[in-house]
Amino acid sequence: MKILTAAYAAVMNLPERPMRWAQGRLRGGRLGWVFVAPNLAVFALFSFLPIVIDIVYATTGGAQLLPSERPYVGADNFASLLDCTNHLDPNTCTRDLFWHGIWNTLRFVVFQVGLMLGFSLLTALVLNRKIMGRGFFRAMFFYPVLLSPVVVALIWKWILQREGVLNAGFMAAGVTPVNWLLDANWAFFWSVFISIWAHMGFYTLILLAGLQAIPAEIHEAAAMDATPPLRHFRRITWPLLMPSVLVVFVLGLIRAVQMFDEIYVLTGGGPGTATTFIVQYIYKTGFADGVRQYGLAAAASLLLAGVLLVLTLLQLKGQRAKNG
Amino acid sequence: MSRVHLLAGLALLATASASASVANAGEIRIACYSDGNECPATMDLAKRFMAANPDVKVTIDEMPYKSILESLPVQLAAGQGPDAARVTLFGTVMQYMIDLTPYVKNPAYWEASFGAVLPWTRPPGVTTGIYGLPTQFTVTSPIVNKTLFDQAGVKLPADGASWDEWAAAVDKVAKATKTPYGMAFDRSGHRFAAAAISMGAKYFAADGTPAVIDDGFKAMASRFVKWNADNTVEKDVWASTGGGYRDAFEEFANAKIVMYHSGSWQLNRLQKQIGDAFEWQVVGNPCDKVCSGMPGGAAFVAFKGSKNPKDVARFFDFLADKPVYAEWMGMTNNIPAQAELQKGGVSYKLSPAATAALAAFGANAAKVSPTGYKLSGYAQNSAIYNPTVDRLSQVIAGQMTLDQAYARITQDVADSVAAAKK
Repeated sequence: MKILTAAYAAVMNLPERPMRWAQGRLRGGRLGWVFVAPNLAVFALFSFLPIVIDIVYATTGGAQLLPSERPYVGADNFASLLDCTNHLDPNTCTRDLFWHGIWNTLRFVVFQVGLMLGFSLLTALVLNRKIMGRGFFRAMFFYPVLLSPVVVALIWKWILQREGVLNAGFMAAGVTPVNWLLDANWAFFWSVFISIWAHMGFYTLILLAGLQAIPAEIHEAAAMDATPPLRHFRRITWPLLMPSVLVVFVLGLIRAVQMFDEIYVLTGGGPGTATTFIVQYIYKTGFADGVRQYGLAAAASLLLAGVLLVLTLLQLKGQRAKNG
Repeated sequence: MSRVHLLAGLALLATASASASVANAGEIRIACYSDGNECPATMDLAKRFMAANPDVKVTIDEMPYKSILESLPVQLAAGQGPDAARVTLFGTVMQYMIDLTPYVKNPAYWEASFGAVLPWTRPPGVTTGIYGLPTQFTVTSPIVNKTLFDQAGVKLPADGASWDEWAAAVDKVAKATKTPYGMAFDRSGHRFAAAAISMGAKYFAADGTPAVIDDGFKAMASRFVKWNADNTVEKDVWASTGGGYRDAFEEFANAKIVMYHSGSWQLNRLQKQIGDAFEWQVVGNPCDKVCSGMPGGAAFVAFKGSKNPKDVARFFDFLADKPVYAEWMGMTNNIPAQAELQKGGVSYKLSPAATAALAAFGANAAKVSPTGYKLSGYAQNSAIYNPTVDRLSQVIAGQMTLDQAYARITQDVADSVAAAKK
């Protein structure tokens, strides 16, 4: 045992000499850089470098993949994406599919994030109560989160297609079947519904953790004061749950802006462009069209990154304001 | 002692790298997709080739068609591609393809055998060279559910009937037999082009540049949109699916449509999946200005990045050899691209219905218009096909008018062609 301890100590002390040597030479805060260097290297390689490459692609044109073979076009790709007579009407834009993607994404974010926050909160409040089968329901609400987005989309496609499970049920009940994925409004509705169904469990879990972190004494004190339930929620639960709500809001927002996989498998962005979101536009332009316009796709992804950056900064600002 | 160990280690490393390089010599990897059984059939022939040529190892990786379309060009650009691949839209990988003329045994045989389709694989402006081994010749054709016609008591329109006559007939059959739709088109610009060309679409200006929108194109586009609106054509295929290609074979196999506008590459599925469940029949392409379908086909093409182009050429020479090629076509039930075999000599294992279908496909192949060949051989034809599908789908979904779609198609094609030229 003593030998082992000594060996362990010897191994642990190995870096002492080089560290002392480094300390002697690197003064002030410079030694800190040595410690963060591995992390910085990983960040530079997998985050910073791709951003730089994306900028290179966004400022070059043509259909070549290698940057050295691509002609420099400056801000042409951005100008082309942003060129519209009326930005509210995609059909007046040079890149109308990009703007269809923008407006569809915006509409999706408003409905999906708002409804998901509401349903997650409601579910968390119910699951936080002492109801029968609470563990079972918690597991059930979380279960869809474990499924792959492609599996989720395929399951729902089987349900919603013209001769799917839902229409079979309708026909059995003597109700005229509806072609859910052929009508633009229904296709959009189901896109929102399915994404809420698939992701709600995760956000419910965060809110549930937030609810359980509220000290029980506060609830007890309110109960002793006979505080009405609505007032209890408004004055106690909601303010104390706010940090968790903010996290759910921002995570949900970012996920909604990036929405692609489920909807692409479910509708392919159709009918027409009714469920084509911005990430699908980027994918199609860069990787699925016969002539791949990597520059346009990169410029669109930089614009998307800008939006996500603003959202993240707003979250940070909100958190700082909350923390005083 | 340590020096001895070091030397021994270096010797081992050198042996290992030498054996690795020996293993790499003569090893070729081919990416393949199947319409029916093309990859397994090629694998069978590859085994025979390897038995006769033990110094070459052929590995065939079967993958989905979508991977060939979307992943292969990126792999090739990154220098990580296979030695060869089965490709149908040559423009997507043309810049990486290699001319095998210096490596094949008898270039004159290749020219004489595949001269009609080799130009499709050549880069723009290049008039000679062997860039690929055509694995089949395809032609678009309508396939009808004859049983439904019989049940409805409606006669099949005679050879030379127009698209309008066919639309009226299938509509009558669909109504009489309570079939949901009269016809379906694969969601493909290539399939639409076949119908548009029969309406007189030219697709190119006199100087050879794309000029997609003309009276012929408009005639078919307006009919197609109308047929989608009145349920003559199954709307789901084009309108309810965004994204890319979708075929309507399952609908046809399940007797949900009377007439299916697809092509000869479906023969294996027709024979296997439908068999004699109902009577199906390939008919002549409808005629308006011309009675043309669209030609097409896939080819195994070799890439510049290959370290063993000689071995790729040896394998291609083996497959291109007339008896082997005939056997290959018989195994895959494809129309041969080899000139002599097009006249006969392939022994197919087909049912009577499939034999008749093959003959009908062959007859349709003989009527393909020059515009069809020109469009099939145009390197950037996907820059024409994709906007056609995207924009007409938007019209069918009620998001834009036909006139707006025409303007967008023109712009999209011009943008893509300009991007490809940079």
